[in-house]
Amino acid sequence: MATLLIIIPLMCVIVINLPFLRFLRGAAFWLFALFCIFQGAYAVLPLEPSYAITRMLESLFVLHLSLDRLTLLLLFIIALVALTAAVVTREAADDDEDRFRLYNLFFIVVTGLNGVVMINDLFSMYVFLEVAALTSFILIASGGGAEHLEGAFKYLILSALATAALLSSIALIFLIAGDLSFAPVRAAFADNGTFLARFASGLFMCALFVKGGLVLFHWWLPDAYEAAPAPVSIILGGIITKVVGVYTLIRLFTGVFPMGPAFRSVILFMGGLSILAGALLALRQHDFKRMLAYSSISQVGYIILGLGAGTPLGIAGAMFHFFNHAVFKSTLFVNAAALESVLGTREMERMGGLSVKMPWTGGTSLVAFLSAAGFPPLAGFWSKLVIVLALWQAHSYGYAAVAVFGSVITMGYFLVMQRNVFFGKLREGLEFVKEAPFALVAPAVVLSLITIGAGILYGPMMERVFLPIGKFLLNVE
Amino acid sequence: MVDSIGIDIVLILLLMAISVGTVITIRLLRAAVGLALVSALLTIVMYRMGAPVAAVFELSVCAGLILVIFISTISLTQRLTPDRIIHVERETLRRFWFLPIIIVVIAVFLSQVNLPVGDAAAPIAQAPPSPMGVREVLWNLRHMDLIGQVIILLAGAFGVLILFKRGK
Amino acid sequence: MGDTLIQPVWLYGVTVALLMIVGLYCIVVTSNLIRALIGLEIIMKAVTLLITMVGQLTGNTAMAQSFVITLIVIEVVLMIVAGGLVISIFRKYHTIDVRVLRNLKG
Repeated sequence: MATLLIIIPLMCVIVINLPFLRFLRGAAFWLFALFCIFQGAYAVLPLEPSYAITRMLESLFVLHLSLDRLTLLLLFIIALVALTAAVVTREAADDDEDRFRLYNLFFIVVTGLNGVVMINDLFSMYVFLEVAALTSFILIASGGGAEHLEGAFKYLILSALATAALLSSIALIFLIAGDLSFAPVRAAFADNGTFLARFASGLFMCALFVKGGLVLFHWWLPDAYEAAPAPVSIILGGIITKVVGVYTLIRLFTGVFPMGPAFRSVILFMGGLSILAGALLALRQHDFKRMLAYSSISQVGYIILGLGAGTPLGIAGAMFHFFNHAVFKSTLFVNAAALESVLGTREMERMGGLSVKMPWTGGTSLVAFLSAAGFPPLAGFWSKLVIVLALWQAHSYGYAAVAVFGSVITMGYFLVMQRNVFFGKLREGLEFVKEAPFALVAPAVVLSLITIGAGILYGPMMERVFLPIGKFLLNVE
Repeated sequence: MVDSIGIDIVLILLLMAISVGTVITIRLLRAAVGLALVSALLTIVMYRMGAPVAAVFELSVCAGLILVIFISTISLTQRLTPDRIIHVERETLRRFWFLPIIIVVIAVFLSQVNLPVGDAAAPIAQAPPSPMGVREVLWNLRHMDLIGQVIILLAGAFGVLILFKRGK
Repeated sequence: MGDTLIQPVWLYGVTVALLMIVGLYCIVVTSNLIRALIGLEIIMKAVTLLITMVGQLTGNTAMAQSFVITLIVIEVVLMIVAGGLVISIFRKYHTIDVRVLRNLKG
């Protein structure tokens, strides 16, 4: 079945582009939506059907994919965010041609991301990371405007440099381990204290920091997020950056590379710094999407802090926050798309008092930002609490304090945003504003409901989903 | 044995010289050709290192295809009028001459430093006892890479379509 | 052919490092988008050399070559897309000078 999650989207892309099947173009959205729903359902309930077709396909492609708990969670998140982006595309795309192109690219992105989360070989992981990266450049550039092309080019150069570093470290790892599957690499690195091993894994980590947009390496992120067209921002910020940067860190530094004390301190430091720098920089932004970009840097810092705590609870908190961030950040980007489509601008200075005219957008935005700031009983509160607890237990009191302080600043800038955009009096010239079209509101509503639901159900979710991941990744029983 | 090392040193020196020249040169077309020459030299080095199949690939694709890509890109973006060329030339000349100096300094430095690599310092893995050829490895062991390549080619095709349709 | 190159392994390692510096310098110093791509290509060459060298050292030349082949394919597609980007930027701005682009953005 794992194989199918890669082959099916690939086949879909090829099929809907065949010249003699033109009539399928209109169905591209439904095809994609169907696939996302299928993937999400499979991630929740991984049944293995034994139809002859699936068995034949599996024997044709010997792909060595693995589907553990972490992978299944990621598959669900990927499907959720991709579906959201596709729904938004129905409204936010320029025309039919543009829409069709975006659906094609989304298929390819999902193929790439599925590959990244299911693979257990370092070089194949690099290949699929490149698939995701390349498709991101194209997605950003698909906007067609001048700033889109510039943002795409800058991102391309920085991402390619990170890739070069990644490949160099992979070459060194190959030197040490002789093979690049996770198991042999883990064995070779297990008791290996040599400079070469530490250098190789350190270089790998730095490359992943760049790809994940952590502070000190984040220079490409705000321009790319801001320049991207609305549906692209959703999929870029909601899932691509996180899978490519954060999932890889979590997967590799718990299961493959040993996370010695030096690495832990680096990860903790990067996490803490990202939280603070991202939050402080977000305060100063006037453009809605740019603020969301810096906010993403900050929230990813939380996830990294959870990883750095080094305990199963920490990883559980990190993955819980990973999930929450995907949900609330996507909500906010959907809201940004709604605002942009109705108002034609993203400058927060020119907005005001919109909650009267756009109740759904305002309401979902409120839920999303409260969750991001960690307001009980929404989901974000629980995930941040778990991370702080894990840090406390791991005696990283300083970083726990940083996490809490970061929440306060997050509350700050989101409050400012909410007040400027939605509350207060309706700014002049905005009387014509109506609520955004259905396709730009419905996903936000669904995602907000998920945020609220995850907040209420935090107990069972922690017990059944996130804690087992933490224990499993760190081999604790 | 001395001869073999001699050839390698010549190759490496040539490689470095041409790559530095590629960076320094003012005319983009010369830079692109320099890149192709670097690829060609790399091909020879790779062949000597026991990687013949990859060497052929490198020659045909990097030296060939990428050169074509660069030449088309350059020719499609040429707009400099004669007087601007001279102004641009003078500026770039100054900046780029730092490079050879930096390279020589670092090369000397690195040759003196004892890098902590090597069999004594870090154990290097050895190949499996029954070596397979490149084709077998690719087709039997690394299916995922092959599928990845197909996907990338597909993505690239879309990229080109999108980028060039917009212009119209 | 296999043994004689293990002695000067540091020679190739140094070459890899130097090539990376050359490429990085090129990207950082240039104001021309195409030259930045050339610098990127030089860095990729360095990585290719590194992988080949590692293949030689471990004796597993088959794996190393398959890596290099995959890498080259990805690199080409990347360059095609990058070249397309540069051409599109040129069509919009009529320049590929980074300094001018930065001024335009404001």
